[in-house]
Amino acid sequence: MTLPGDPKLRARLGIVLIGIALAVLPFVVGANFGNSWVRIIDFALLYVMLALGLNIVVGFAGLLDLGYIAFYAVGAYLYALLSSPHLATAFPAVFASAPAWSVWLVLPLGALVAGLFGVLLGTPTLKLRGDYLAIVTLGFGEIIRIFLNNLNAPLNLTNGPQGINNIQSAEIAGQSLGRSFELFGLQIPSVTAHYYFFLALTLLVIFICVRLQDSRLGRAWVAIREDELAARACGINTRNVKLLAFGLGATFGGVAGGLFAGFQGFVSPESFGLLESIMVLCMVVLGGMGHIAGVILGALLLALLPEVLRWGAAPVQQWLFGKVLVDPESLRLLLFGVALVLVMRWRPAGLWPSALRKRELAAHAEVA
Amino acid sequence: MSDPAGTIAQEAVLLSASGVSKRFGGVQALRDVSLTIRRGEVYGLIGPNGAGKTSFFNVLTGLYSPDEGRVTFDGRDLPPGVPHRIAGAGIARTFQNIRLFGAMSALENVMVGRHIRLRTGVIGAILRTPAARAEEAATEARAHELLRYVGIDQLANQQATHLSYGDQRRLEIARALASEPKLLALDEPAAGMNATETGGLRTLIEKLRGDGLTVLLIEHDVKLVMGLCDRVAVLDYGEKIAEDVPDVVRRHPRVITAYLGQQADPEAA
Repeated sequence: MTLPGDPKLRARLGIVLIGIALAVLPFVVGANFGNSWVRIIDFALLYVMLALGLNIVVGFAGLLDLGYIAFYAVGAYLYALLSSPHLATAFPAVFASAPAWSVWLVLPLGALVAGLFGVLLGTPTLKLRGDYLAIVTLGFGEIIRIFLNNLNAPLNLTNGPQGINNIQSAEIAGQSLGRSFELFGLQIPSVTAHYYFFLALTLLVIFICVRLQDSRLGRAWVAIREDELAARACGINTRNVKLLAFGLGATFGGVAGGLFAGFQGFVSPESFGLLESIMVLCMVVLGGMGHIAGVILGALLLALLPEVLRWGAAPVQQWLFGKVLVDPESLRLLLFGVALVLVMRWRPAGLWPSALRKRELAAHAEVA
Repeated sequence: MSDPAGTIAQEAVLLSASGVSKRFGGVQALRDVSLTIRRGEVYGLIGPNGAGKTSFFNVLTGLYSPDEGRVTFDGRDLPPGVPHRIAGAGIARTFQNIRLFGAMSALENVMVGRHIRLRTGVIGAILRTPAARAEEAATEARAHELLRYVGIDQLANQQATHLSYGDQRRLEIARALASEPKLLALDEPAAGMNATETGGLRTLIEKLRGDGLTVLLIEHDVKLVMGLCDRVAVLDYGEKIAEDVPDVVRRHPRVITAYLGQQADPEAA
């Protein structure tokens, strides 16, 4: 097969092909592997959003944040409170009926509140870098989780460890995404409808990230990462620019959290532990810090790989040894760990680093 | 101490520091330093190691706040200890140990240098409004212009850390120029340079003066300073011991003492 020579045309052709692939993906996957795999892909899209948000803070601005999942939690709980009967049950005197806010109101609100929390975390940590910042952000993430776990008394705001359930699915153009429905003669299952909804928002997040990266602000973030003192001497207001990175990164986390709550129908503090923060950080680092395409790849791989391993481990053992020797569930984590170690050993800049970052690491290697 | 600001017309003064002191624990890094830089001149600041040159420089560019004294720049008091506002007021600097943004290209380094003169915010950047696009294009064009000015435009897309030492110095100057400074402050620009590179640097600084820029030069290379500067101040143990044209400073007894040491007292011998 020969490709048209014009690179512009080729790029456009590539975009069209990827677009078609993304459009038919849930139907192909759903028909061949079942809807549970479409659901896994939906979650992978949420992780792409989270990783891209964290990439602004860690990848662009170079601020190591180990509590990022807190913003996801804030978005999720805000959505849960505004789309479930919990508030009406807990405070019947104040709320006569369950709030039924439009998703187009709740998501931006979740983004805004998460962004405010981002600034709240950023303000006291402005002078910290590296390990010290990591410890403080880690503490922040835990504080949020512990608050969610304990805010069922004296006022039952979060329903504590039991979490909030009965969360309404997002409703778009009068159609709830929580049930399957028919569109143009096609049966659309709930997971597929969510897929398109998440995909649209993921594309929006990617678009925003790319635009920011190629702007005065994106340059300022990288400048702070590279040399904060020189950045200040260049006239960059490092305080504001860092707070902006924290705030914007948190915003994406808040949106992803809201989507998660609506998709899952249930939130509890368990979903927002330290391991989740580390998982998202792994996606950023493994994919290639500061490189948008790399981060997307990292997020997709780390979200899908464990599921593939879980799915494939038992049949492969059956075929190799005639019986299942190791429980697939424990093997999954083992293989996952080995994969991470191998990647860090052979591709320290990430699987798909940006061109300049690769050169930078090479330069460091020359010096050492 | 004489006040030269009184003897020259006020408009001719670009920067005047009066009574600047800075202490680090028990070390008096700067003691009551006053000096005046006139518009359009190349002003040298020299002194033996540890004399307080870089401390003074850091006070000037906002990295340190002075314990006492103040600095007026272009008719206004400089906000002490706020580097980005000082950059906005029109003082740009380079660093003794070059501090470039290593992972960025030479062009991007200069574009960062222009940050303070740009206005695009989050919304403008995301929507890529016509204003944002025009600003971005102008920034890139200006960055290329500055790289050409310092003579390294052919290296625009090279990663900053891959440039040669002399070119990195030039790139740092281009980055500083990008903020449209009224005063360019160079911290030991000739440090570690060979004779050819120093010659090139000298030509560049002369070109800057020719184009009307005021330059503050901190330097160890006394030959370069004496040959290039219109006026020179000498610091020793945090105090200004001389300030005049190079020929006078060169023969100043306290300067000679500071650099060469005092002749042994014959009676004590």
